[in-house]
Amino acid sequence: MITFDQVSKHYPQGDALSNVSFHLDKGEMAFLTGHSGAGKSTLLKLIAMMEICTRGQVLLDGQNLNRIKDRQIPYIRRNMGLIFQDYKLLMDRTVFDNVAFPLVVSGYDFDQISRRVRAALHKVGLLGHEKKYPLALSGGEQQRVGIARAVVNKPKLILADEPTGNLDPELSAEVMHLFEQFQQSGTTVLIASHDLSLISQMGYRIITLNQGSLITEGKQ
Amino acid sequence: MNRLARYFQNHARAFFSSLGRLLTTPFTTIITVLVLAITIAIAASFYLLVKNTAQLSAGLEASNQMSVFLKQSVSDQAARRLAQQLEQRSTIAEVKFISREAALTEFKLHSGFGDALNALDQNPLPAVIQVLPAARLGEEQALESLADDIQSMAQVDFVQLDMQWVKRLHSMLELAGRAVAILNTLLAFAVIFITGNTIRLELQNRREEVLIAKLVGATHAFIQRPFVYTGLWLGMAAGFVAWLVVTGVALSLQTPVTNISRLYNNQFNILGFSFTEALAIIAGTATLGAIGALMVLYHQLQQIKPQ
Repeated sequence: MITFDQVSKHYPQGDALSNVSFHLDKGEMAFLTGHSGAGKSTLLKLIAMMEICTRGQVLLDGQNLNRIKDRQIPYIRRNMGLIFQDYKLLMDRTVFDNVAFPLVVSGYDFDQISRRVRAALHKVGLLGHEKKYPLALSGGEQQRVGIARAVVNKPKLILADEPTGNLDPELSAEVMHLFEQFQQSGTTVLIASHDLSLISQMGYRIITLNQGSLITEGKQ
Repeated sequence: MNRLARYFQNHARAFFSSLGRLLTTPFTTIITVLVLAITIAIAASFYLLVKNTAQLSAGLEASNQMSVFLKQSVSDQAARRLAQQLEQRSTIAEVKFISREAALTEFKLHSGFGDALNALDQNPLPAVIQVLPAARLGEEQALESLADDIQSMAQVDFVQLDMQWVKRLHSMLELAGRAVAILNTLLAFAVIFITGNTIRLELQNRREEVLIAKLVGATHAFIQRPFVYTGLWLGMAAGFVAWLVVTGVALSLQTPVTNISRLYNNQFNILGFSFTEALAIIAGTATLGAIGALMVLYHQLQQIKPQ
């Protein structure tokens, strides 16, 4: 699903990634870890096409992302679900509208949108909260709205950047369990997290970055 | 759902959602619409001004007539003799003599300044001989040489070729028309920039939404659509308000203009906008609004990138 081939990313402030190579299979779930500034976010941004690598190449589902034209980016993003530490919800829209957003953007009709949004909210355990606004929800619930939005399009790939960064351990475990469920239904999942104690007990592959370089790969 | 239906659905959504959004901030929307409306109203009133002046001068056909104004010292008998002499000429088809008395009576009747003239102790108006030359309108050289010839006579103060002043009037109107066209082009640009700036601010307010839209796979076309419709709505509303304002002004001027035109023994009514013109104003400003939005969006949307 994802292949990094000797990828480096250079910023004016310095190297964010240097010579990183790894491969993630279809349907695999993996964690990306390392202290802050190790390059976790940069790596995710390269996959999400928010940045372009300076050297090497990133392949997504066989496509070389260096050769993607700007106007193709939206269509590729529709096949991935992005989840953020700060949820990135629209505070002036209801839960329903937030989750429906990717479907509206892709031009689904209202019946399909309604059905899929309810299914996604059901998966994250928020059915019945459609009409609430994000601020009326707890942090854990807001993140689950973010997750529902990421999966409502039935993406092949889920990328999550510190999804539990703002949550307490109990809620974090709950959220991680959700990701496991998506992986079990065939979605590829890559999660950046520095919560080692949580991720090491889950038994998935862990990719560790240190100052932009890959240092270990494998289960811990 | 087929592509066409989806396309129209997307447009309908943007069309109504942008209207809804404008209505949620009524104060800002009203201010913007008023600023635009004033700009458009200025342009529309200039247009109406030119249209009415054109109407006023439309009845003024250029003619080959000339008016020969005689010196004050020339007596009516001498003037009458001169008229008869002129009529003998082969280059002149017809003459009509207007004595000083007749001129005064006519002037009092039509100008509305009769009372002012009564205050003068002598008639200030000269006698006039209206000459209809044999030469036709196109034969300018013949007309001008006849005018020069008459001008050189001792009794003649000056000769006025009708053709000349109608020509002058028309060229002045043409100049005014062109000036208005230039001015209205500038005002059209003002409308584009005002809408563009409004859309730019709106885009900044909704930056977060644009970022998220990009992250969930929205195309540029999708993101910019509601903003373009916002420009369209603003232009449309402003065009309508401008039409109302200018029509109101025209109606309020109707009575005084009728009074004046009656004094000049003239049938003149202020022309307002026709239905087509009203539609053209509203559709035109709506288009300008959309253009303003597109112009800003093209650059600004590239700049908003998820980080």
